[in-house]
Parts: sequence; structure tokens; C-alpha cells
Amino acid sequence: MRILIVGGGTGGTIVANNLARRLAEEIRVGRVRITMLSASDKHMYQPGLLYVAFGQMMPDELYRKQQSLLESSIEFHVDPVEEFQLDHKRVKTANGRIHDYDVLVIATGSRIVPQEIPGLNEGGETFYSEAGAVKMFKALREFKEGTVAIVVGVPHKCPIAPVEVTFALHDYFVARGIRDKVHIKYHYPIGRIHTIENVAKWALPEFERMGIEYETLFNVREVDPRQQIVYSEEGTETRYDLLIAVPPHRGMEVIEKQEMGVGGWIPTDRHTLTMQGYDNVYVIGDTTNLPVSKTGSAAHFEAEVVAQNIASTVKIGAPVCEYDGKVYCFIETGRDSATYAMFNYENPPLLKAPNKAMHWFKTSYNKMYWTSVRGLL
Amino acid sequence: MNEMKTIDARNTFCPGPLMELITYMKQASVGDTLELLSTDEGSAADVPEWVKKVGHELISSENVEGVWHVKVRKAK
Repeated sequence: MRILIVGGGTGGTIVANNLARRLAEEIRVGRVRITMLSASDKHMYQPGLLYVAFGQMMPDELYRKQQSLLESSIEFHVDPVEEFQLDHKRVKTANGRIHDYDVLVIATGSRIVPQEIPGLNEGGETFYSEAGAVKMFKALREFKEGTVAIVVGVPHKCPIAPVEVTFALHDYFVARGIRDKVHIKYHYPIGRIHTIENVAKWALPEFERMGIEYETLFNVREVDPRQQIVYSEEGTETRYDLLIAVPPHRGMEVIEKQEMGVGGWIPTDRHTLTMQGYDNVYVIGDTTNLPVSKTGSAAHFEAEVVAQNIASTVKIGAPVCEYDGKVYCFIETGRDSATYAMFNYENPPLLKAPNKAMHWFKTSYNKMYWTSVRGLL
Repeated sequence: MNEMKTIDARNTFCPGPLMELITYMKQASVGDTLELLSTDEGSAADVPEWVKKVGHELISSENVEGVWHVKVRKAK
């Protein structure tokens, strides 16, 4: 059986390594072959970008060589797919190579599209790329007084980031001794300050305690960098001195170009994680159109289900489990405290009080991630 | 004639039904009607509130066997 994994991010890497272990004997005797195609020879730990934006991590700490994260039995090529030929069970790559498969896993992820909001690239800072996070840190260092506005594009990766960056900003300005000269205003797309009701309930008194103003039902329409004003679809506006944006996202261009899913999000069964209409094509992570958080955590749990089912199909001819919507998110609540949210399709997240131990666990996880994607944790 | 798209946001806590609707409204064309399916009781109030504020058109909102069916037409 030829298993082809397209995408070398969190989901793709965990699927590949998990499969390589489960099918070690089948690979050894030549019954199974695992191939991964990725657009990059590097693997980025994306949650680290928030720390880079506050000078707490250096960009080079975020990367490892992708090959070093993979089991040696996995064939790895830096050669992104340019064409999915699903009806012929093959893909064509940028280098012009054809890869045939029996089972395909699509884990191509998402991309930021700040350019879809006029003026945002010119007028705002963001921490969703290495260059953006470094630029944001330099802007923060220079900032002395005025209004910092936080705005959130839809859809976006890491739904907890808007509140995390807000708490981090508060603590950052407190540490610099200029919090009394900085007005922080948070804007959020729906009618409460976070989409998870329990997070919103918990964060609201925290915002009030920290003196953070907020406006809900604010979807960014346009930024005027010259006047330093951000406008909402709902008809309101905020003047700012520093604008920090969680940018809107789309799926990868190749998915959109081939009309495999509107917005680049592939229609996916919420339990089997197969692509609609193709039982031999699995979709995981940001690439799906599932109503699930676009996070490494969701990709991780989905990857384990997919790997287990592909392996069981090889061994006994049938899948053995389903994805239950599980997501686990750390929530940094400042420079030295954190909590977490865990939920699935049936059970809402119940929030625990933030504490230092959880912050240190998150700090440790920033390193343990590399063990996690290797499939060892 | 614009066809109606259904957004299945049942049993989702994050990003949640309204955030899902906003995502698909951005991708829709003016005149399209979207039907949001939600098991979140809050959808009966927060979806119409957003639709009114942003200036789209609420066509209907009803609960069928525990699932909210909210139909919205993109107006701008």
C-alpha cells in the first residue's frame, strides 16, 4: 500500500511518524510505503511566534529540520503538490513528479491573508509570521503612550490568541512601567469577548481588572494607516496609535485553485475525517472545513485517529475509531500564569483558575513539542 | 438564482456557530442565503443581533427538535 502524506506541519508529521511505527513490519517487508511531500525543509513551532512578538523567544528557536523529525522509514521530499488528481489517485508536484497513492492524507494547513483587509498590512502589526512577530516586537519596544487596538479577522488560526495577546500586552506595559500611559482596546467579531462562553465569562472580569476596554460585534472592514483608524463591517471605528491584528486565514492556494473547497477548506466528515466523496482521502488540521478550532492540538488528535485507522485498514481491513472533536488549548493569561481549555463535540470546555504551574507546563511544552511531533509524547 | 448553503455548526464550541456564519458570509455573494444549524441556545439571540447590526437580512429562525435553523441573506 502506498500512503502519501501532503504537508509537513503538525498534523502531517504526526500521522507519518505514528504510521511508520504502527506499520514498521509492513514497511520492512515492502508491503507498505510512506511518502511525505512538503513545501519546506523546515518545520516551524507556530505557537512560539507569540513569544517572539514579546521578545521572549528568538526566531531560530522555532525551527527544526523536517527530515530530523521523521522516522527513517519515511520517504521525504521538499516538493509541494501543484495538482491533486483524486480520481486517478495521484498528485503532480512543483518539480513535475507524479506520485501515485492508495491512501492520501492532505495536511496542507492554512495561510494568513491580511491583504484581504485594505490597509491592514500598511497600518497594523501581526504575530502570525516570523517577520511579523519580529516587526511587532520592535514596534512594541518603541511604543511609549497612546491607544493599542487589537482586532481579529475571521476565520483565524489559534482562537485563543486574541485574549492571550491582550493579557500579554497588559503585562508587557506593566513591566515597562508605562501601563498608565497606554490605553488597550480589544475588538472581537461576535457578541462576547471570546467565542468559548466559559473563556468569555472568565476573561471579562480580568479585562475589567486590567482596565482593558472592549468592543464586541466588530469585524474588521478596513484600516486607514494615514489617519490611524480601523473601521468595522458593523459601522463603528476606533482610532489607534498601535494596531495589532489577528489576520484572517484561508486554506492553501492549491486547494482553492483546484476547487477542492471554498476558501481552501476541504469538505471533511467530522468523525471519519475522510474527504467528502473519497474514502481513500483523509483531511486533517487547518485544511478541513470542520467547525473545530484551527490549532496544532486539533491536528494532533485528528492525526492520531487517521493513523490508527489507516494502520488498522492495512492490518484487518477496517477502521477502528472516530474523531470526537477533541481539542486541548493552553491559555497564557499573562507573563507568568496560564490555564487550559479541553473540549470535544459533546462537552464544552470547563475553565480552571489560572496558575503558575500551568504556565511553566506550557513553557516546557514549547520544547516538548518536538517530542510530540516525533510521535513520542 | 442563488442556491442556499447549509452550515452545520451543531455541537461546536470553538470557533462556534456565529463565527462559522461570519466565515461563510465573507465567502458568499450578495443575495446568497445561508442556513446555519446550531445546537447553541445562544444562537437564537446572537445571530439575529449580529445580522441586524451588520446589515444583512434575517429570513427565519426556528428550533426544530433541539436544532436552531437560522436563515440569513447576504445583503451587502
